Amino acid sequence: MRNELFAPLRTSIDVFLRSPGRTSRGAPHVRDAINLRRIMLVIVVAALPAVFMAMWNTGYQANLTMARIGLAEAPGWRGHVLSGLGYDADSLWANIVHGAVYFIPIYAIAMFVGRAWELLFAGVRRRPLIEGLWVTGLLFALSLPPLIPLWQVALGISFGIVVGQELFGGYGRNILHPALVGRAFLYFAYANDMSEDRIWIAVDGYSRATPLSALQATDPEIGMDVIDPSWAEAFLGTIGGSMGETSALACLIGAAVLIATGMGSWRVMLSALIGATSAATLFVRAGSETNAMFLLPPEWHVVLGGFAFGVVFFATDPVTSAQTNPGRWVYGFLVGALSVLLRVSNPTYPEGTMMAILLASVFAPLIDWFVEQANIRRRARRG
Amino acid sequence: MSEPKARDVLWEPVFDRNPVTLLILGICSALAVTTKLETAVAMSISVTAVMVGASAVLSLIRHHVPDTIRLFAQISIIATLVIVVDQVLQAFFWELSKQLSVFVSLIVTNCIVMGRTEGFALKHPPALSVADAVGNGIGYSLVLVAVAFVRELLGSGKLFGYPVFALQSEGGWYVPNGFMARAPAAFVLIALLIWALRSFKPEQTEGQTRG
Repeated sequence: MRNELFAPLRTSIDVFLRSPGRTSRGAPHVRDAINLRRIMLVIVVAALPAVFMAMWNTGYQANLTMARIGLAEAPGWRGHVLSGLGYDADSLWANIVHGAVYFIPIYAIAMFVGRAWELLFAGVRRRPLIEGLWVTGLLFALSLPPLIPLWQVALGISFGIVVGQELFGGYGRNILHPALVGRAFLYFAYANDMSEDRIWIAVDGYSRATPLSALQATDPEIGMDVIDPSWAEAFLGTIGGSMGETSALACLIGAAVLIATGMGSWRVMLSALIGATSAATLFVRAGSETNAMFLLPPEWHVVLGGFAFGVVFFATDPVTSAQTNPGRWVYGFLVGALSVLLRVSNPTYPEGTMMAILLASVFAPLIDWFVEQANIRRRARRG
Repeated sequence: MSEPKARDVLWEPVFDRNPVTLLILGICSALAVTTKLETAVAMSISVTAVMVGASAVLSLIRHHVPDTIRLFAQISIIATLVIVVDQVLQAFFWELSKQLSVFVSLIVTNCIVMGRTEGFALKHPPALSVADAVGNGIGYSLVLVAVAFVRELLGSGKLFGYPVFALQSEGGWYVPNGFMARAPAAFVLIALLIWALRSFKPEQTEGQTRG
């Protein structure tokens, strides 16, 4: 009884450290070495540029801001860690380490708490552990702002894993991306902490609006002038925001890795891009006298906020996206168009990618069903 | 068909055949009135009162109601009782009745009340029917109060309006969870409750619908 409860923990440590001792001797073999563990590894590798930007840019923004407001050192234990390195925004290592002292604790808590839940459920259910968390935990941490309280990280990943994943029977049976479920839970539970201007840059008490929230709050007559970073800065990601999502370039590199290895569907990504572009073009054409968000052109929509990150890493999730190729086109278009629609028309929240992907995931099985039915009809006609 | 025992009829609906968690009835009101314990308790008492009254009356006249017009008889008796409850609330608990607003009059369409009168009271003697109504009332109330307890405690740090957790905005430590104030929270909590209940009582799980 006791041994069985901890069996998943033992096994997972075992396979992490050693290769399995049992191999089959006779033919035939499946030649492809791809398994869930390798899939996870590829996605983690694809996310590495975003991880790098999460650390470097979080530190860069913090160091820039500290120089601007004349703050000499970071408070608390972070100050001790950084005391030897200094706070020079031109120094690569000062930036990376300054970002790491914010990112690493969040990532560690997400992985630790998420893994504890997964081990508990795997133990109680007498099932082996499924290695979904390497991706879920990493993407969850990347999607959070740097100043989020750590207890909220623990609560968010708990909700994501328990309600978003284990309630449906474990990884692979979930209908929504567990990391997004956790992120959405935090957004609704602690709306103040998750959308106020003070959380985007890792300096306590310093608030600066993100381009999207600034544009939303402004008058259409001022319009785009309120966005102070240039397009190139937004594309490279040297702006404040949730840690992993500021850089569209890092997401683009990730997308290249995912597409080259066949782990992420290019159809979903391309279709989402088309969806967002068409919706944004439509809004720019329509114009509005009260809502400045109408003015945001498509090339800005795709580099700001969580769009690039969400489309590349969350929308292409193999479990929760559409499974058929025509379905992927519809699903991706839905993600892109809804993201822009929600950004422009929702007065309470300037970002819509998270909701758009959750909503599209809900419809993904239905989209696939229609594709299958159409296929069955076509084949029946062929006789 | 042998007559069921009064004790079974009374206690079965509380855990073994709970109207909310097993039959998934009365969910709408469970979402609407459970942000606070106060409204949840008021709603529980109202539904139970209507159900007991309707079951008793309908059971008494069950031999005189022709099958063809039984729904008409049910609706008119339930609606009458709901109006009485609504008026009592408005007369003596004005503030509470304002918070409950339309949900008291919507007891008419509460599936549990209809279900028990249609499924039980019209076929059984009055005493047994009342026991069945009380049992279902308790089953419904338990779920409602449990959900409201969690939602009010986590959503605003209070119970029955009295502060339990000191809020951070007032110098304490607790940050209220805004998700709990929203209707989806009731869905999630009821889902967790059903999950827990069916883990302990696997016989309540419906058969696999798909392989």
